[in-house]
Amino acid sequence: MSISVLLITLAILTIASYSFGRKRSLSLATVTEKKKSSLHSLPGYYGTLTALWCAIPALLILSLWLVLETSIITHIVSEDLPAEVQNLPESERNLVINRLHNELAGQTFGEPDPILKPAIDHYKRLQQISNMALTVVILAISILGGLYAWSRVSPNLRARNHVEIVLKFLLISSSTIAILTTIGIVLSVLFEAVRFFQTVPLTEFLFGTKWSPQTAIRADQVGSSSAFGAVPLFTGTLLISFIAMLIAVPIGLMSAIYLSEYASRKFRSVVKPMLEVLAGVPTVVYGFFAALTVAPFIRDSGGLIGLSVSSESALAAGLVMGIMIIPFISSLSDDVINAVPQSMRDGSYGLGATHSETVKRVILRAALPGIVGGILLAVSRAIGETMIVVMAAGLAANLTANPLDSVTTVTVQIVTLLVGDQEFDSAKTLAAFALGLMLFVVTLSLNVIALHIVRKYREQYE
Amino acid sequence: MSESNHSGTTSMPSSKRAFDIVTDSLGKRYAAEKRFRIYGIVSIMLAIAFLLILLVSIVSKGLPAFTYTQVQLPITYDETVVDPEGGRDVDTLSRANYSALIKSSLRELFPEVTERSELRKLNKIVSSGADFLLRNRILENPDLIGTQEQVWLPVDDEVDTYLLLKDNEAFGTGRLSESQVSWVNRLIQDGKMENRFNRTFFTASDSREPESAGILGALVGSALTLLITLIISFPLGVAAAVYLEEFAPKNRWTDLIEVNINNLAAVPSIIFGLLGLAVFINFFGLPRSAPLVGGLVLSLMTLPTIIIASRASLKSVPPSIREGALGIGASKMQTVTHHVLPLALPGMMTGTIIGMAQALGETAPLLMIGMVAFIVEVPGGIFDSATVLPVQIYLWADSPERAFVALTSATIMVLLTFLILMNGLAVLLRKRFEKRW
Repeated sequence: MSISVLLITLAILTIASYSFGRKRSLSLATVTEKKKSSLHSLPGYYGTLTALWCAIPALLILSLWLVLETSIITHIVSEDLPAEVQNLPESERNLVINRLHNELAGQTFGEPDPILKPAIDHYKRLQQISNMALTVVILAISILGGLYAWSRVSPNLRARNHVEIVLKFLLISSSTIAILTTIGIVLSVLFEAVRFFQTVPLTEFLFGTKWSPQTAIRADQVGSSSAFGAVPLFTGTLLISFIAMLIAVPIGLMSAIYLSEYASRKFRSVVKPMLEVLAGVPTVVYGFFAALTVAPFIRDSGGLIGLSVSSESALAAGLVMGIMIIPFISSLSDDVINAVPQSMRDGSYGLGATHSETVKRVILRAALPGIVGGILLAVSRAIGETMIVVMAAGLAANLTANPLDSVTTVTVQIVTLLVGDQEFDSAKTLAAFALGLMLFVVTLSLNVIALHIVRKYREQYE
Repeated sequence: MSESNHSGTTSMPSSKRAFDIVTDSLGKRYAAEKRFRIYGIVSIMLAIAFLLILLVSIVSKGLPAFTYTQVQLPITYDETVVDPEGGRDVDTLSRANYSALIKSSLRELFPEVTERSELRKLNKIVSSGADFLLRNRILENPDLIGTQEQVWLPVDDEVDTYLLLKDNEAFGTGRLSESQVSWVNRLIQDGKMENRFNRTFFTASDSREPESAGILGALVGSALTLLITLIISFPLGVAAAVYLEEFAPKNRWTDLIEVNINNLAAVPSIIFGLLGLAVFINFFGLPRSAPLVGGLVLSLMTLPTIIIASRASLKSVPPSIREGALGIGASKMQTVTHHVLPLALPGMMTGTIIGMAQALGETAPLLMIGMVAFIVEVPGGIFDSATVLPVQIYLWADSPERAFVALTSATIMVLLTFLILMNGLAVLLRKRFEKRW
């Protein structure tokens, strides 16, 4: 039985057990009616309890089975691969197994490799057995579970409390997803990064100034020198983020000040949604805009005044990234400026300060921690931004501070290293995870600092 | 101000009154005030100008892609070419040489062209994907065999580009030869070549040829991915928000969860892609490029958004509702599920729609899990290889052909339309159900 049919059957069984459980509780309620009231809970709760017993154990076993099935079968099958394959080193054996999976998924053309033929047949046979066993086990568990709960239905059964405990457990487990995600990110990035640092020393990665991740396929290959010094990537990322901040901070901050301090209600109601549109545009659209409109424009206008501008200049990417971040900064600053109590403004006006003096000397100073927090969040966004730089910045790892040159960033390298078909063990792909680890650590610390600053500030005025 | 004023009066012998100093500096201060205001207006204008430039450049580039130059050819479905065996066998019909029909029709229209190389140029006017259109017509309706009909077929993308840019002196005739230009002009004069609505754009999937490339595959891929995202992230997000807001005790564990959620909301999206690659694809062995994996990754990404919005919505339900329910004997769980949750649901849905709009525009994590493949077929399920709209934009933006620029911009327009619709729906929902207690 295919998984979808199995799931549908399970759903039908669950619905059926709901109505059985409910009916049984009702019939018991009428039979044992010596006193006035008899059932502890509403009949629906008895039904729900029966349905939960029918569905949840079966679903748990099903998901466990599906997770483990492939690896167990692959393990059994790889035992009966011919001896010459068995004796291959670990990485090449994995390649053979990969080929086996591709063969099974029908992703190859032509006749399968004769070495793999028995393994494929065995695999298919095992898969059939596993599938049949799964169907039997799941249906049995769900029916048994339903029967068990059904037999336990009695007027004294505290069905509502049981159901509520299960519900609460579900709520708690959903709320831990956030923690699981963080753990998943840390583990997945850390594991591969550690493997990378076993081949490339950490110091070379952090302080090396040459980045060329080509690894040799053959030992005697020309141009096979691979270097994993990530400094050019860090400087490139910082250069582009710096340009972006140079654009976004003044424009974003000034628009926020104008909107919250000067603008009329009507002006505000027109302009704010427009800034929100700017925030809602997907980054891939900004990337396209940067690569096809802004970059050629900067190159041509640079050519007019006699500057040689690279067609993938850091300036173009940084400029467009700045545009993307404007609404981010303006809405965050808007919030903190509005949180400054009116009494402070009134005090400043009372002393005779003009409006702009009040803004500059009172409001901005009072709101400074919040604004700094917002800017830090924006920096972390700029560092982690991917599509704009993938489409508009270059691939060449130049160590330069010239915004008209082409530079590359951490995110660009992660994408180029991982997109396309690659084996998962080479230093090249592992390097992407090492870069990911750096990115995660840096953005996480920026976020933590920023959130801390923002929270601390908020406590002051509330 | 007062400090300098004070020192001024003591040190300067010709003592000025504070009032005079203030009056003297007033002009300067008002000028500064004016400048400050102008800075504010200028920065808002700059931001809006950027938005307008962005939109105008995309719309002006993208509009041409909604129409495409097509040529009307009298096609004779010659039985000897289409179905030499006469069995109307689907296999034979789909393998027949349909481009021969187009070639012979072109030769009839231009009998004066005889030279071999010229003939080849003549055939190049029509798109190389046009024979698939004829094949599909025959497969849908085999009775057409042996008859003749006028069919509108797309031209080659070079012809379309030439017609778009022919007024531009610098472009000249582009990559077309002189003779091709003269044939094109004659067809236009005869009314047999005109700009028509580009149906292919909405009914085809990716292709190497711009004239037969469309966004249907990416649209379906996006829909499947979003469906998975919604199914996973909405219940999980609402459940997490309900627990944290209604049940959770205030302790270290819930603090940790809260800090985690806030941090996850600010983690770069590409990191989620790395997580998807390492966990879902390499560890659990789910298929690469599948909407299932894309949806899983995107739901992890949108969960913080949904949780934060749902919590805000739960917070806005007044405590009197809870107290009322508890007072007439409902359990805590009944209070939440029967009373609080229904009242908070519109706000939760608004947050979810906004989260979905973010997920719809997200590209980087999907690149990591291999949704960048060149996929010609429309995905049929969540395990098929698929691509999504933003990734399609990324792929086409890299293509060298000029016509792909228009296609990319048109796809962006479609994507932005969906985003505007979703955000509009969210605003509508908020307006409709927003309650001030």
